[in-house]
Amino acid sequence: MAQTLTVAIMDAPYEAAASTTAFRIIASALRKGIDVNVFAYEGAVSLTMKGQAPHANPVKGTTVEEEDHPTTKDIVSALVALGAEAPRLTWVNCGLCVDERGAGDWIDGVKRGGPADFLKMAEGSSATLVIPTK
Amino acid sequence: MSDYVLIESRDPFDSADTGFVADTAEALRARGRDVTVYLVQNAVLATRAGARGSQVPRLAKAGVTVLADDFSLRERGIEAGEIAGGVRPASIDALVDLVMRPGAKTLWH
Repeated sequence: MAQTLTVAIMDAPYEAAASTTAFRIIASALRKGIDVNVFAYEGAVSLTMKGQAPHANPVKGTTVEEEDHPTTKDIVSALVALGAEAPRLTWVNCGLCVDERGAGDWIDGVKRGGPADFLKMAEGSSATLVIPTK
Repeated sequence: MSDYVLIESRDPFDSADTGFVADTAEALRARGRDVTVYLVQNAVLATRAGARGSQVPRLAKAGVTVLADDFSLRERGIEAGEIAGGVRPASIDALVDLVMRPGAKTLWH
């Protein structure tokens, strides 16, 4: 029987190690053939903003290309590609949180929703993991 | 009977409330539950043998399974020989397997 994992995340990009851990959990579950729902709440809605750009590192004197700085929108894009069909990744950004932050210009493969969607996703899942802010 | 997976992400030297996770794990074990504490991010700083204030020794003594995220250990330069007894390095894949076990209850701290 197909399994589904729902993950709620709240941390804004480039702020908390929990974002990296969440990405690793989502990637691992998808690679195991588990469908994954992500509900991005509060600052986490900015993880998917399309306008993110990598940067050089003046401390090390490296260029943008040499630094190869990972952006969260590229990581989420990779997860969306990993979960394009079966297993499926469903990524929902909280609409109110998006509007508050003006963070509506996001990458392909992301939907707008609300806390009611999180409830439905959790009710329909084999397991739910909530990763709060510290 | 439910299994419990408690994910500790906080550094015990920075967050005094890591004791609550250990208290909860111990209490669940005392009631006969199967409990795993998965240490991730700065929580793995508690795995070094001799780390003062670490909750790890009492967890192991209580029969709680204590796992430490291998990625977090590598990031912080903690090698296998430095890790306290009762702690096993584990991958994120192992965590996902635990979380997806039927009836498992997972809590992140």
